[in-house]
Amino acid sequence: MLAKRIIPCLDVTNGRVVKGVNFLELKDAGDPVEIAKRYDDQGADELTFLDITASSDNRDLILHIIEDVASQVFIPLTVGGGVRSVEDVRRLLNAGADKVSINTSAILNPQLVADAANRYGSQCIVVAIDAKRVQSNPNRWEVFTHGGRNPTGLDAIQWAEKMVALGAGELLVTSMDRDGTKIGFDNELNRAISNSVDVPIIASGGVGNLQHLVDGVEQGGADAVLAASIFHYGEFTVKQAKQFMSQQGIEVRL
Amino acid sequence: MKIDIAVVDYGMGNLRSVSKALEHVAPHLNIVVTDQAEQIHAADKVVFPGQGAMPDCMRELELRQLKQAVIQASKQKPFLGICIGLQLLFEHSQEGDAQGLAILPGQVKKFPAARMHDAAGNKLKVPHMGWNQVYQTRQHPMWQDIEDGERFYYVHSYYVEPQQTSIIAGVSEYPDKFTSVIACENIFAVQFHPEKSQHAGLQLLKNFVAWDGTI
Repeated sequence: MLAKRIIPCLDVTNGRVVKGVNFLELKDAGDPVEIAKRYDDQGADELTFLDITASSDNRDLILHIIEDVASQVFIPLTVGGGVRSVEDVRRLLNAGADKVSINTSAILNPQLVADAANRYGSQCIVVAIDAKRVQSNPNRWEVFTHGGRNPTGLDAIQWAEKMVALGAGELLVTSMDRDGTKIGFDNELNRAISNSVDVPIIASGGVGNLQHLVDGVEQGGADAVLAASIFHYGEFTVKQAKQFMSQQGIEVRL
Repeated sequence: MKIDIAVVDYGMGNLRSVSKALEHVAPHLNIVVTDQAEQIHAADKVVFPGQGAMPDCMRELELRQLKQAVIQASKQKPFLGICIGLQLLFEHSQEGDAQGLAILPGQVKKFPAARMHDAAGNKLKVPHMGWNQVYQTRQHPMWQDIEDGERFYYVHSYYVEPQQTSIIAGVSEYPDKFTSVIACENIFAVQFHPEKSQHAGLQLLKNFVAWDGTI
């Protein structure tokens, strides 16, 4: 049967992998190509690169990194961050990305998702949704941009359905309430979105231990789980995560 | 310069990963990504990849006048179809009611919505995306050093249903069994992406480099 995927996420800025909580106090974590190779060796099922470079001057650095990684690591690569146009999608795919993740630009210009999916196929268009629980109604989630700072007024479930209708082939769902907390995914959010769309969803935000990965699949209905810090800080290897999930009865690629 | 392997480029999706993976396993070979029929004719071996929707793929092949070159290569030399490059070999697809190259008899069908749940009742998503096991249904030089039941990376919503079951070389389950690999004389074609399937995928490409097109 199809295995649940484990996806380490690498935040990249100015050509280096960085780590930090909520984009604050960024620390250099090393060379993206070396880290990608390490995760590949550990059995990562995919890799996600998030370009958090603020200045547009250094935007092309991610293209060189993806080119380097793609000639040495032969698993699917997703790249997100700052994707604003079909031309941006084209450049990333040509550099060796297999999928491109669109976040804020999908909100500013939903037609971008449709245009990119029509041109390159839904299989390479991921829409990233950053969602926060609505205080007055805890069974609803609102879509946010800019790391959870800017509310959009959009309902996360309806937004997910709309993105899939426009051509998203996969959704990367991040709980802004959980991101950086290490207390686990918002599995109610993930379950609600997973139940409302047919495409795979990747759960993100809040992983602090290996049981959280299991919960993401079993409770949240996620098809893939994404984590950054538990792997970056060397707490667990991807292999350990997979062995643990397998012991809990989850189908993984070992 | 002699062309060892031509990767057919008809404007659909990303061929860089296919050529990179081939270069990785065969650094000494001349691997060309090409949309020129003459280069496809001249090459010793042909890789026919593909992404996106089948009707678009057929249209692009016609626009670039590559249909005949691909059909001819499929009858003459070691030929590896990948993903849509497998589906295009057949007569017809439910995707956009498209005609294929009709090199092999059979149909391309969508995963049936009514069947998309596992034994525990959980919904199975379409596209079928991720690592799934491939069960080898017959011996073939392309399976050299690849374990039966090895996992490969898939992304697709449609699968092939060959008319002749004798050409089936591998199957996977989602949740029903479907044909994921076919082998017919000099043609070997896979639904998964060997270029994205880590060690097992690279081994398959290595086998293609070594394969003389006979069984």
